[in-house]
Formats: sequence, C-alpha cells, structure tokens
Amino acid sequence: MLGATISSPPPTAFFSYNLLFALLEEIETRRAEAMATLARLQARSTILGHQYYFRNSVVDVFRKKENDAAVKIQSWFRGCQVRAYIRYLHRVAIIIQKWWRSYLGRQHYQLIVKLAYYAMKMNLYNAMAVRIQRRWRGYKVRKYCFNYYYLKEYLRAVSEANDAIREALDEFADMQEREEKKATLEREEKKRDYQARKMHYLLSTKQIPGVYNSPFRKDPDPWELRLQKAKPLTRQRSRVKQQHSVSLSDWLACTSARSFPQSEVLPPIDRKQCQGPFRDIAEVLEQRYRPLEPTLRVAEPINELKEAREEFRRQEWMRNVNDKMFLPFSSYHKNKKYIPSMHSSSKYGPDSYGCQHFRDENPKKWICDKNFQTVLPSFDLFSKYGKSYSKAGQIV
Amino acid sequence: MVICGSVRESMNTMRIESVTVPELSQAVVDAGAVPLLVLCIQEPEIALRRIAASALSDISKHSPELAQTVVDAGATAHLAQMILNPDAKLKRQILSALSQIAKHSIDLAEMVVEAEIFPLVLTCLKDKDEYVKKNASTLIREIAKHTPELSQLIVNAGGVAAVIDCIGSCKGNIRLPGIMMLGYVAAHSANLAMAVIISKGVPQLSVCLSEEPEDHIKAAAAWALGQIGKHTPEHARAVAVTNTLPVLLSLYMSTESSEDLQVKSKKAIKSILQKCTYLPALEPFLYDAPPNILKHVIGQFSKVLPHDSKARRLFVTSGGLKKLQEIKAEPGSLLQEYINIINNCYPEEIVRYYSPGYSETLLQRVDSYQPLTN
Repeated sequence: MLGATISSPPPTAFFSYNLLFALLEEIETRRAEAMATLARLQARSTILGHQYYFRNSVVDVFRKKENDAAVKIQSWFRGCQVRAYIRYLHRVAIIIQKWWRSYLGRQHYQLIVKLAYYAMKMNLYNAMAVRIQRRWRGYKVRKYCFNYYYLKEYLRAVSEANDAIREALDEFADMQEREEKKATLEREEKKRDYQARKMHYLLSTKQIPGVYNSPFRKDPDPWELRLQKAKPLTRQRSRVKQQHSVSLSDWLACTSARSFPQSEVLPPIDRKQCQGPFRDIAEVLEQRYRPLEPTLRVAEPINELKEAREEFRRQEWMRNVNDKMFLPFSSYHKNKKYIPSMHSSSKYGPDSYGCQHFRDENPKKWICDKNFQTVLPSFDLFSKYGKSYSKAGQIV
Repeated sequence: MVICGSVRESMNTMRIESVTVPELSQAVVDAGAVPLLVLCIQEPEIALRRIAASALSDISKHSPELAQTVVDAGATAHLAQMILNPDAKLKRQILSALSQIAKHSIDLAEMVVEAEIFPLVLTCLKDKDEYVKKNASTLIREIAKHTPELSQLIVNAGGVAAVIDCIGSCKGNIRLPGIMMLGYVAAHSANLAMAVIISKGVPQLSVCLSEEPEDHIKAAAAWALGQIGKHTPEHARAVAVTNTLPVLLSLYMSTESSEDLQVKSKKAIKSILQKCTYLPALEPFLYDAPPNILKHVIGQFSKVLPHDSKARRLFVTSGGLKKLQEIKAEPGSLLQEYINIINNCYPEEIVRYYSPGYSETLLQRVDSYQPLTN
C-alpha cells in the first residue's frame, strides 16, 4: 500500500508536527479510501470478472466473423495485387514475344522470298529450254527423221521414172511388133519367092498359056507375074551355111532416143573455169552432208521401251494365226472353274482400306485420270568417247 | 569336152544330171565343167547356148557355193549381155539362170545387179512369150527380196511400173512372181510401199485378188496387199479405198478357200486394220466380221470418232451406231470399253434411241400413259 513511505523530511519544527499529523491523516484517509476502493473493487472484481468474461464471450461470436471478413478482404486485396502483377508480366512477355516472333518471321520471309526467286528463275530457264528443245526437236524430226518434202520429191521422181519406163517399154513393144510383122512379111515373101523359083516351069509361053494365066480371066494371076520375075532354080547349088553372128547393133532396132533412160546431159565444154584452189570435193561433200549423230538419249523416244513392247505385241498379233493362246500341257487337266467359298463371295467383305491400300485417295485432287508412267531415260556416259578433240588419257 | 556339134548331147546329159541331185551338180562342177559352159554360152549356135544356159541355171540352183562357182567363172557378164537376144527360149533360160544365181544371198544378188541388167531386164517384161515374162519377174523378185537397198534400186529404175504392167497383161501362174515381187518391195519399208502405191499397184493387186481362180495366187495377192497396207494409216487408206477389205473378209470367211489362203487373208486383214482410219471402208466390217476382228474394228472407230464430227454424223446416218448397240460385250472387256468411248461421243438420247428394244419401251410408255381428262 503505501509502500513508499514518504520519507519524512527531517523534522524541523513543531508545526511540522501539525503538518505531520495532517499528512498522516491525509495518508490515513487516503489509505482508507484506497482500502475502501480496494474493497469496493474487490467486491466488484468478481462481478467485473463475470462481466469481463461475458462481454468477451459475447464478443467471441463476432470475433470469428470479423476475423473471417478481415481475412477475406485481405485475401481479395492480395489477389488483386497479384493479378495486377501478373497482368503486368503478361504485357511485358507479350512485348518480348512480339519482337522475337517478328524477327523470326522476317527471317522466314527472307527465306521464302529467296526460294520463290529461285523457283521463278528456274521456271524461266525451263520455259526457255523447252522453247529451244521444241524448236530443235521439230527441226530434227522434220529434217532427219521424216522429211516430208524429200519424200514428196522422191515419190514424184519415182513416178516420173515410172512414166518414162512405161513410155519406153510401150515404144519397145511397138517396135518389136512392127519388126515381127516385118519379119513375117519378109519370110512370107521369101517363101513365095522360093516357091516361084521352084515352079518356074509353070510360066506361060507364047503358045500355051500357063496354069496361072487362064484365058478366061481378065488379068493374069499375081503368081504369073511372080513367075515371070523369078530366076530359075538350079538344083546343084549347095546351101551356104550362114554364120549367126548376133551383135547388139543388129537387133537394136529401137534407136529412139528415149528407148532406155539416158544419163543426164553433160555440161558444155566452153564453160568458164572456176578460179581458185579448191578443197577436195569428197571432203566438202562429206562435211556438208554429214549425217546427224544424235546421242543415245536423244535418238530414242523416252518411252521407247513401252512402244517397243507394244510394237512387238502388235506384230505378234499380226503373225498369230490363232488368237487364243495355247495353254501349257502340264495344266491341261487343271480345267475346273474355281468356286469361291460363301465367306469370301458375299457383298459385305473386309474393307480394302488397311489391307490392300494404306493411304486415303482423293480422286478430286488428281491431275489426270491415268497413272503416271515410269520412264527411265538413258544417260550418255560414253557419248563423247572418241569424238572430243582432247588427247588426254591416251596411252603412249 | 570337145566343142563340136555333139557337145549338145553331152550337155543335155549333164543338164539332166544336175537337175536331179545336188551331189551330181557338185560332181559336174568338180569336173571343171563350169568354165567350159561359160565358153559354150558365147558360141554362135542357138541350141547350144540354150542348153548351156539351162545347165548353168540348174547347177546354180542347188546351193550358194555352186552359184558362187558359176559367178566366179564370169558367167554373169555374158548372161547379162545375152538378155537382148531375140530368141525367146534362150531368154527364158538366161533369165532363169540369173534368178537362180541371185536367189541365194545378198552378195550374189548384188553381183547380178552389178552386171548391169537394169533397165534392160524390164524390156523382157514386155516380151510376147509368157515364160520370158515369168522368168523376168522371177529374177526381179529374187533381187528385190533381199534388202531394202536392192528394192530401192529397182524402184528407182522404174521396175515397179514395169512389173505392174506385166501383171496386168498376163493371167494365171505367170502373174505370181510379179505379185510376190510387189509384196517383197512393199514389205521392206514404208517409203517403198508408198512408191508401190503411187505406181498404181493396189488396184492391179485387188483385180488379181478378185479375178484369179487359183487359191495360191489369191493368197499371194492377199499377202502383198497386207504388206502394203501395214505401215501407216495413209497406206492402209490407199488399200482400203479400192474396196479390197470386203473381198479379203469374204475369202477369210468362206469355207472353200484353202488353209493357206485363209491364214494369209486373216493376217492381211489384221495388219491393215491395225492402221486403218478410213471409216467408210471399215463400216461393212461391223456387220459380218467375226468377234476377234470386230474388236479391232471397233477399236479403230473409237480412235477416230471422238475427234471428227463429220465422221460421227456419217456413222449415225449409215446405221453403224444402231449396229454397235446390238453388239453384246462382257462388261469390263476391251470391247465394252471401246463401245463406251463411242457412246460417249453422242448425246444420250441418240444412244438410247438406237439401243435395241427402244421401240418396245416407247410403246409400253404409250400403253401406260393416262391422258388427262378434263
């Protein structure tokens, strides 16, 4: 209580006893008040304690609620904070990604441009090469493989030769006929002459008219005149054997200029001489009319194998008398028709996708309706062998 | 052997010997007779020359070696000179001797040609004697059959025209070597076949084909036509315009023709059909051809019709489309594919109009139609 005793000041005077008694009274009163309050407080303490307890317990109910509310508010606020932070991060990340992607895109774009440029150039070169090849192939085929104008010329020349030969042969036939007729006439004439000479004695004399000179006729018979002209035949003459000397000129009576096709007319002699040293004509002609030497790759068409097979098949079909191919004799007895089982012959069989073909086909995307053909062009490995000017690699 | 009058008899015996058996000919050659025969050929007496020429011909016909021996003795030059001799029997023997020499190989044929028989031989084709013509065309045939170059030589000399005229003027077996010669020439290359065509060979051959009574001559003419027409569509057209294809078909189908004729006409039809795009000539085939030939005829139609509108019109108006619908074909076979290609060239109504049984379907529709009664 009044623990701290007031250290009384050193007593000085008697009136300090009054002060002292006053002080002591005050202290006493104060102590008594304090004790009274204490007692009062102690009396109230239990009530206070109970009040304290009840007030706290009443507040308890709200305490949790308020705590929860506070937590909620705090968490919401913290969430807002974090979200704002994340938004900020997103914005920044987007900027970085944007810049990176634009860089990548520009790189890609440059690559695409490069490729497109390259493709455009190659297409141009291909198109130009196709133009050159087209012209060259047309020229080659028209000049070396099938020259229409040469063929026409040749056929015209052949028909002219035919006409000339037909004319010449007709003339020759006419000539022969005429000669034969002439020869027969001559033979007849000779025979009659000979007969006249043999029958000379039948000539009519002045006294007796001959057989051919009948007086009842107006004119004498032609035989009479012949007998008059004929010389008498003497028997003693031996027949002279004539040598048959056959020479071409005797029987070459058809002397017409066009009997046999002649060679061309020679040039006139007084032609002016050409001036200058000339190359050997054989060399010149050889160079001028040198035949084309195509490489193997060009000489054959690109699908020559297929065409050769087709040609072969066509010739076989032409040659075959019987179109049905013969079966081999070892299979002669295997002539039973195959009857498939019911499982495999129904309409609802297994799907061919997955077993027979493994890729989906999209016929709408096909360029054309036939399969691509496999062609294997030949390569010219040895085409320059022996034809180039260099002598490298030759064995000394 | 003494060269005198009696040599004729000895040569006759020698000739008889060499005709029969090759060994005897070899024996005759080994006895050194060939140079003497060549000497005999130059003798003045005609009968002697005839028999010497026929002896040489009989010796050289057996084998190439014997022919080579005859050529080595220098016979070809003398034989070639004597072609101009007017005696018909001598010419027969000479031409036969030359053809027997030329038939064996290319070299011998070239040697005969080098003796400069062209164009003199062509005059023999105009001779009066039938057998001279026959032997002359045999000689030309033997030369032409070896290589394209020899045929070219003959064509350039105008031989084809002469042979065609000769064919025109003879009948029967005399024509046969000429016909075969045309076939050989045309077989070598397309240009030579075209040369035969422009020399007017095809009408002559088709006349032979129809006129001749003998089967082997018809077979030869059919073979020759096949060789001419097999090269390109132009050639096939030239053969087809002369209306020979129906004749060939009738020969193939008739039961009276011999095996050989049937085989040859079938091959000729096949080879011409492969290239023929001249549709008016193909139309008769639609009606009476056997199925294996019909397939190829329809194939040819399917090649031409999609591109030519006039031909399509002609095909319809001539009744070909109608006949086509009546042909039954297995689905999926080549014939069906061709028929589909041809049907796709025409509008659907026309195809339906010509399909068999259309009139019945129309009548059925008429029967089942209920007129509107108002």
